[in-house]
Amino acid sequence: MKNLPLLFCGIFFALAFSFAGLILTSNIQVGSLTQTTETLVPSDDDPNVMVMAEGETLYPMQIVGLAQQGKQVYIEMGCVYCHSQQVRRQGFGADYERNWGPRQTVARDYIMQDRVLLGTMRTGPDLMHVGGRPLNADWHHLHLYNPQITSPGSSMAPFPFLYETREIGGAASANALKFPPDSDYGPEPGFEIVPTRKAIALVEYLLSLKVNYSLPEAPILE
Amino acid sequence: MSTAPQLNSQSTKLYSSKDSGVRAELSQIDASIRTSAIFFVISAIVWLMVGTLFALITAYKAHEPSFMGNQSWWTFGRVRSAHLNSMALGWSSNVIFAVGLWIMARLSRSAIRHGGLLLIAGVFWNVGLTVGIGGIIIGDITSVEWLELPHYATPILALSYAMIGVWGVVAFKFRRGEHVYVSQWYILAALFWFPWLYVVAQVMIIWFPARGVVQSVTNWWFAHNFLGLWLTPMALATAYYLIPKVLGRPIHSYYLSVLGFWSLAIFYNWAGVHHLIGGPIPVWLISAGVVASVMMVIPVIVVGWNHHMTVVGLHRECWRSPTLRFIVFGAISYTLVSIIGSTMALRSVNEVTHFTHFTVGHAHHGVYAFFTMIMFGGVYYMMPRLLKREWPSASLIKLHFWGCAIGITVMVVALQTGGWIQGLQMNDGSIPFLDIVKDTMPWLKARSISGVFLTVGHMAFAVNFFWMLFAAGAVRAKQGPTLLQATNEEGAA
Repeated sequence: MKNLPLLFCGIFFALAFSFAGLILTSNIQVGSLTQTTETLVPSDDDPNVMVMAEGETLYPMQIVGLAQQGKQVYIEMGCVYCHSQQVRRQGFGADYERNWGPRQTVARDYIMQDRVLLGTMRTGPDLMHVGGRPLNADWHHLHLYNPQITSPGSSMAPFPFLYETREIGGAASANALKFPPDSDYGPEPGFEIVPTRKAIALVEYLLSLKVNYSLPEAPILE
Repeated sequence: MSTAPQLNSQSTKLYSSKDSGVRAELSQIDASIRTSAIFFVISAIVWLMVGTLFALITAYKAHEPSFMGNQSWWTFGRVRSAHLNSMALGWSSNVIFAVGLWIMARLSRSAIRHGGLLLIAGVFWNVGLTVGIGGIIIGDITSVEWLELPHYATPILALSYAMIGVWGVVAFKFRRGEHVYVSQWYILAALFWFPWLYVVAQVMIIWFPARGVVQSVTNWWFAHNFLGLWLTPMALATAYYLIPKVLGRPIHSYYLSVLGFWSLAIFYNWAGVHHLIGGPIPVWLISAGVVASVMMVIPVIVVGWNHHMTVVGLHRECWRSPTLRFIVFGAISYTLVSIIGSTMALRSVNEVTHFTHFTVGHAHHGVYAFFTMIMFGGVYYMMPRLLKREWPSASLIKLHFWGCAIGITVMVVALQTGGWIQGLQMNDGSIPFLDIVKDTMPWLKARSISGVFLTVGHMAFAVNFFWMLFAAGAVRAKQGPTLLQATNEEGAA
């Protein structure tokens, strides 16, 4: 090849094309999404235009406080490498049948997140709606401390370093882990295992992960 | 190619050009890049070993989760990411800086001036990466796939890359001779594409996060193109340079190389969105990614055919030359992995393979069986020219080849078979999740075993390399190149 200007232009425009097509365009399309009410109502001015219902709650909500700190723990521990946070539509995969969420998730569900953790691996289950499943904080703490306690045969990493083993002085702590009787993983007699602040935050975050609202483009169908 | 015409196209006996002028010029160019290229190869091999260690820990933890489970530093997500970054930015990028820049300098017939600056930039790259991997381990991981390095390490990498990549462009700018060979197009393009991808991804995901899933689109635009527009062009450039070099026979078709290059340039960079099939992003984006992924069949078949027609009839030579044995393995893998990749992008296939170990197997098929094997071949060819010594041990080269060839084959077959079963089971809502986990165990154990083979191969490579570097093999220079079959013939290694 001898036509070098053509070579340079080609190299430049090849990537510029996909950069514009994939990144800039989706930034325009998705970047303009805003919070909305669960359903839309016809506008007073023009009944053909649908607008947000006045006074109703806007979704998706921003997670705040302890849950927000828990998301940082989720990031630090690399949870995303085994757990996705996206529910696919009914009929594509079995996300719906596995109760991973009451509806598929859409782009708007993620607009309030400063870091989006969609994930591409399901060595473990999807967590988009884990807070909506019948699992309480006690269960999550036992499961994080050692997954074998709640889910024998699981390949999930244990996170004992998010917990402290302490000698019980006087009364036992209210937030000590509640091991099942005869558990192989419980503390020595006279000791208790309590969550650190990081573990408490992480569980708070997991419990905050819920798809319990409709969006106009993705309603929860009963 | 500027030097190929001097080679006798029928003979494989020539060690190098008959023209002493050409030999002297190449020798001078080799000398200009020697110190920095050797530094990059040493760094690459050190990272390869570090990455292998992280890989073994990761693979073992996948079926023995309590192993090293008591410290946060060695939790699965971090070790796995340390492995990925050691291999992608440590091994792969360093070996590209060595072999890619060396090929660029040779083909441009342009010595690397002020090589000291290149060396300093290389030191910074590796310091930045060490800081970054340390950051991942202590918990500053970003949890953005392929971009795990913490924000305090990436600017060092970006700046040092600018100082490294520019040498390839400078060598090209001061090129001599009319013709520009296909390897130069690939290298020039990759040197330009990589920083663009990296900076955009850093800015839009880490520094000034884009809204919502724009981050995910950017993430996979980057991550897939890291393979497609950084590793792939460099490996293809190496194959395009070395296959004719070793065989002493020109590339089959100039026009096929043009077609292969431009179709790759146009299609590959749209393909990454296929990692988000079924995900919460606009469907037209995914469709664009699927179409581009399928169109990748064109460059793959074209390049595969071009390489095949170049080596056809000389299979014995390919097997005898350490360089070509690795490169041919890599080139065949390129065709295979790309066809599988295009198939995986189809929605109905992706419904099964997405979120499973199938994808992990596919990633290793590409980065290892294709890219890494070709770059091993490149190092086998380059080092004797830089050091004026031969590889000390043919047995270690064979051990290296077989360890890697068997290891990666076992890994890809195990992960893709296990992953396919995992995907089918996951799509059947009546199968409890823990049963699926249990059924993946034998396949994950097979992966750990494959890791042992790969480790043996890498150790053989490292031992041979450092043995050569520290001169014990100097005597071999008099006996001609190290080949893999007992023979009286001479041939290019």
